[in-house]
Amino acid sequence: MLEIKDLHVEAGGREILKGISLDVKEGETCVLFGPNGSGKSTLLSAIMGYGTCRVTKGKIMFKGKDITEMPVDERARLGIGMMMQRPPNVVGVKLGDLVKATAGGDVKAVDNASDFKMESFLERDINVGFSGGEIKRSELMQLTAQKPDFVLLDEPESGVDLENIDLIGKKVHDLLYAKNNNCPNGKRCVSSLVITHTGQILDYIGADKAYVLRDGLIRCTGRPMDILKDIKERGYGECISCRMVKME
Amino acid sequence: MQNGEDGIRKALEKKGAFGPDVDLDYYDEAGMKESIPDLKKADKDTRQIMEHVGVMADEEGRAGTIMFIDNSMSHCSNKMPEGIELLSTKEALKKYDWLKDYYWKAVSPEKDKYTAKTYLDDADGYFIHVKKGVKATYPVQSCMLIGTKKGAQTLHNIIIADEDSSLDIITGCTTGNHVNDALHIGVSEIYVKKNASIVFSMIHNWGTKTKVRPRTGTIVEEGGHFVNNYVLLNPVGTLQSFPVCQLNGKGASCKFNTVCMADEGSNVDTGGSVILNAPETTAEIISRNIVREGNIIARGSLMGNAPGIKAHLECRSIMLGNKGSTQSIPELGSTVSDVEMTHEAAVGKIARDQIEYLMSRGLSEDDAVSMIVRGFLVGSIQGLPDHLKAEIDDAIEKANLGS
Ligand SMILES: Nc1ncnc2c1ncn2[C@@H]1O[C@H](COP(=O)(O)OP(=O)(O)OP(=O)(O)O)[C@@H](O)[C@H]1O
Ligand SMILES: [Mg+2]
Repeated sequence: MLEIKDLHVEAGGREILKGISLDVKEGETCVLFGPNGSGKSTLLSAIMGYGTCRVTKGKIMFKGKDITEMPVDERARLGIGMMMQRPPNVVGVKLGDLVKATAGGDVKAVDNASDFKMESFLERDINVGFSGGEIKRSELMQLTAQKPDFVLLDEPESGVDLENIDLIGKKVHDLLYAKNNNCPNGKRCVSSLVITHTGQILDYIGADKAYVLRDGLIRCTGRPMDILKDIKERGYGECISCRMVKME
Repeated sequence: MQNGEDGIRKALEKKGAFGPDVDLDYYDEAGMKESIPDLKKADKDTRQIMEHVGVMADEEGRAGTIMFIDNSMSHCSNKMPEGIELLSTKEALKKYDWLKDYYWKAVSPEKDKYTAKTYLDDADGYFIHVKKGVKATYPVQSCMLIGTKKGAQTLHNIIIADEDSSLDIITGCTTGNHVNDALHIGVSEIYVKKNASIVFSMIHNWGTKTKVRPRTGTIVEEGGHFVNNYVLLNPVGTLQSFPVCQLNGKGASCKFNTVCMADEGSNVDTGGSVILNAPETTAEIISRNIVREGNIIARGSLMGNAPGIKAHLECRSIMLGNKGSTQSIPELGSTVSDVEMTHEAAVGKIARDQIEYLMSRGLSEDDAVSMIVRGFLVGSIQGLPDHLKAEIDDAIEKANLGS
């Protein structure tokens, strides 16, 4: 579904990603681990096509198409959706209006707002004054209206309290199993690339494969739970060096 | 006023304080005299032009309608004569001796050449009088149309809201289909008495060569409330307007909202000035501008002369493309210490990350920009009437903003 080859990306005049290669197969859930500042969000931004970063070398293939130079909206229409770590404020634009527009003008798209505990936010300006957890729920509600085939989730559970994490976890699960989009029961129709530090979200969705990113490079890959355990026990430095050995 | 005639004649030479000078001699008097007793029977063009500036020919949901074509009244109808009086200014001056206490009292005829011309032309206009305690459910609408090429329209309107009354007024000023090169001068004097309220909403829709010089003065008494909504969504030659509102009674309040989209070489200079003369008065001046190819100057001035006042001024402009220009000129002043007065000004383009954020939800760049512009023009101003919002939406849709 998604295939990235030798991707080099600059942001703010600096090379952040220095030759990333990875792939996500159809229906797969892939995890992206990595210390703060390693370039995880930058990678997701590059896949979505945000102008904050610039691809200087390499290729991004999605559904067999080279999307490296494709505008953001075309990528979205091709089936990519993203939950940003820090989405911008959009003053004057109501969340409800964006959700409806995202669903192609379907006014019913906001009917499920209470499932996300967002019913009182529909009339508020997008992200303006939203708390950390509210931003996550808002992003998820938008993604649910968007019905993507492939989602980029940037730390969906970070900053979310213990009660709401259950809501977030279940909604991410529903998103991947396309509960709102005629996916056969029990089949994971939507592929994803998920950034997580704690791995909490994995309790709800399971995952097939993990990558560890550090200093702009993929340092190792393996089974998500194994890698998470390594990181927890030995930290990124050790984990990476030992896995590197195994990979070679 | 008679002994001041010389001074007023001299004022004919006095250029406006702001905006490019207009050669008054270039224009002929706009002289159409057309009576339209039934607006539904007006010709289709006229009806369309009216409705485009919010004035409904069927008068549905309106308390009354006044229409001026060129310099004479074409229509005046009133569904609630017991509460509101609608007349031409000249008729009203004949009928009421007391009206001279309001005539040229909120705007000085010697202010500049435009007011002087209006005075010396002995211009007619409309007179709206809301009687004491009357709270009108429906707005009164008025349409000012220029029907003559190279014509000068000069109008003098007087609005009086008596104690405890309230009224919304919708005004549309526009040119006829074949008219572009023309001049509009409109003097409006508005008096809001104790605890009364006037919401005055105006849409302008001119030609690319039309020159426009409105002159508005408002006086608000104790506990009175005045809102002035002004919307300009289409190209104009040059438009300069700087309404002045004086809050003269304790607790009086005033709000100016201005929404402008300047295009195709328009030269627009708008804003407002509020002078807070009484204790505990409040004022807000908000302006939102979209600049593509024209030039917009957004002014605002707040002057505090009494304790316990609160006032805020906000000018924001978005530049789309690289051809236009804009300036924000906010001004604050005070003669007492116990005041809270603030201002904010911002000029810039739409943040790219916001556009891309909406695009990542599948919206085209055009749609994303339109949505943000709409949010900027409409969503960030409290209490704009629905018909203005609808007109703004319409203009945004037509404008192809992403390109
Ligand atoms: N526009 C930019 N200008 C300057 N530096 C940038 C820019 N964007 C990203 N960076 C830098 O690139 C590095 C990677 O940032 P990124 O946001 O991708 O990290 P991350 O792996 O997502 O970290 P975290 O776990 O903290 O979210 C950081 O050092 C960051 O400061
Ligand atoms: Mg990040």
